[in-house]
Amino acid sequence: MYKAVITINFKKSILDPQGNAVQKALVSLGYQNVEEVRVGKHIEVKLEGDSIGKAREQVDEMCARLLANPVIEEYYIDVVEVKR
Amino acid sequence: MRFGVVVFPGSNCDADCYHVVDKVLNQPVQYLWHGDEELKNIDCVILPGGFSYGDYLRTGAIARFSPIMDKVIEFGKKGGLILGICNGFQILTEMGLLPGALIRNPSLRFQCHNTYLRVERTDTAFTGMYSPKQVVQVPIAHGEGSYVTDRDTLERLEKDGLVVFRYCSAGGEITPEANPNGSLNNIAGIINEKGNILGMMPHPERCSEEVLGGIDGLNIFKSLLKWWEEGGVR
Repeated sequence: MYKAVITINFKKSILDPQGNAVQKALVSLGYQNVEEVRVGKHIEVKLEGDSIGKAREQVDEMCARLLANPVIEEYYIDVVEVKR
Repeated sequence: MRFGVVVFPGSNCDADCYHVVDKVLNQPVQYLWHGDEELKNIDCVILPGGFSYGDYLRTGAIARFSPIMDKVIEFGKKGGLILGICNGFQILTEMGLLPGALIRNPSLRFQCHNTYLRVERTDTAFTGMYSPKQVVQVPIAHGEGSYVTDRDTLERLEKDGLVVFRYCSAGGEITPEANPNGSLNNIAGIINEKGNILGMMPHPERCSEEVLGGIDGLNIFKSLLKWWEEGGVR
């Protein structure tokens, strides 16, 4: 059994209004040194597979087809083997 | 002209669209359930506003995988008329039938108010009843209507004249102040190259009767009917 941890963020070129609002809130809390905040998504997928490589390949396809929108987002995948 | 309004779990403007086609345009219309696998005999598909599948993951992301949507894609690729309003526009971009994406308004607010739009093209199936550069008043109601795309696509949209509606001032000027949601180039609605698929964030079905305070949206529905009656694309 494998667990894929997927991190999805807006591409650098896309304005992140949530991130901007959080950045301003942090500054107003007194953290004057906070220059940028990006708010993304964290998705965990548990799946069976023949190998870690196959599992990663499949999750990559899932990201491209549904979990992320390649027009505005980029994603990173971490896959680890876990016990059932 | 037979219209079909797709109903997803979470659609909430489906009845409004149905009403305008049925009672104002006086044309046959039926609901198309998201789980259906047949499109029946439809000449124009309307993807209505709302929060399909609770906006989970991204707005419009899950709706694309409803059984009926494979048929809608097939219909659109064959030149069938598709009008996507608000969530319907978001679904069209997620399906890849229109380029770009709609993200959170920079205000982080759900914005529900009237906007002025400039009609940039009157030679489409959707806008033939408007006059060139006409300024119309149509309400928006969305939290995620900021139109974004990469630079190349934006250039292509402009070069090919695929922007059909732009947010503008009452006088028709395209200004940052008239842009309610930070959309690139004040884009409120776009059409595909073939001219059979239009997506727009504002709600024409909410301003198609005098009793609702305005009828500026009605010409979209009337244009479709005229286009159809004159033997336009099918």
